[in-house]
Amino acid sequence: MPAMLPDRSLLVIVPAWNEEQSVGRVVLELLRVLPYATVLVVNDGSTDRTSAVAREAGARVLDLPVNLGVGGAMRAGYKYAFREGYARTVQHDADGQHDPEAIELLLKAMDQEDADIMIGARFAGVRGYAVRGPRRWTMRMLSIVLSRVAHTRLTDTTSGFKACNRSAIRLFSSNYPAEYLGDTVESIVIAARAGLKVRQVGVTMRVRSAGRPSHSPIKAGVFLLRAVLALAVALSRPTEPLPREVPQ
Amino acid sequence: MITGYAFALGLCAMLVVLLFVLLRTRRLREKYAGIWIIVSLGVVVLAIFPSWAFWLSRVARVNTPVNLLFGGSIAVLLLVCIHLSTELSSQEEKTRTLTEEIALLRLVVRGLRAEESFLTEPPRCRREPAVKPYSSRASR
Repeated sequence: MPAMLPDRSLLVIVPAWNEEQSVGRVVLELLRVLPYATVLVVNDGSTDRTSAVAREAGARVLDLPVNLGVGGAMRAGYKYAFREGYARTVQHDADGQHDPEAIELLLKAMDQEDADIMIGARFAGVRGYAVRGPRRWTMRMLSIVLSRVAHTRLTDTTSGFKACNRSAIRLFSSNYPAEYLGDTVESIVIAARAGLKVRQVGVTMRVRSAGRPSHSPIKAGVFLLRAVLALAVALSRPTEPLPREVPQ
Repeated sequence: MITGYAFALGLCAMLVVLLFVLLRTRRLREKYAGIWIIVSLGVVVLAIFPSWAFWLSRVARVNTPVNLLFGGSIAVLLLVCIHLSTELSSQEEKTRTLTEEIALLRLVVRGLRAEESFLTEPPRCRREPAVKPYSSRASR
């Protein structure tokens, strides 16, 4: 049983796969904005210097020997948070898309609404993000369904910017899917089914240094099909109870 | 006719022997060999008594006995494929868990190493370890 860190202890989990260009800057900025937080970079089997860059910048690094995908990297991060006794975690992208300044906002909203999971939503009344066409309809569909499941209004269910409290850490350290959309859509379903309170707050996103949401209709169609499949599987799965506060 | 049966019989017998050899040398686990042993024994029986195939097809109301055999073998192969897919998925989940565990242990080892070099180095060149165990640089 790890000694519980204080209630305010915060672990920022940064899943990174070949992000040597941006991860150093992201870690430095996180440590500057949140000096009390621990930054954990989960190096998801990178073939470049991601791990070394992150370590030099002052982060702790979990080196996964093979690539597991975002869901796999995040579960490893939640396991670390669970075993080391952190009270809260924030998932933060390594590509510089998320704004470290928004983390305080996320945590404050979590305290105010007494939520277990707080999602940083890109569309919720704050400018700076636009998606068009079929991809937008798919996201709208996901929002409507997941809003019903979670009994709250969720507008951006594919956001990778999330804060979790101890209950959510406990749940996700054992049950966090590595499937496509599992780390976003299915994890919300799992949390809601386990009786956790999921809420969202609007945040601005930065322009990513590399990679943009695609507008190809074929890709959007594939995205729709995979999203529907992920949702159908997630909704039909049996509910798993929240594990107790006793590590193995 | 006779040579055809002998050929089929020989093939099936060879299959059974191959499976037993693989099992004996532990290159095949018994839970995967089970279905193949049952299938190959079934084929041996049908090769010895082909009339049973005719009787079976009459019972199942299939006009051509060979179609019953084809249909049956396709169904068996399909089930084996699905079984292998589920086994593969469970292997992937185990690999994932082990991967996480290795990464977590690596971090612990790194911390312990830093602690050890901090304790064993002579005092005059004692310095802060590069990575201080259990507290990040940020919190210092």
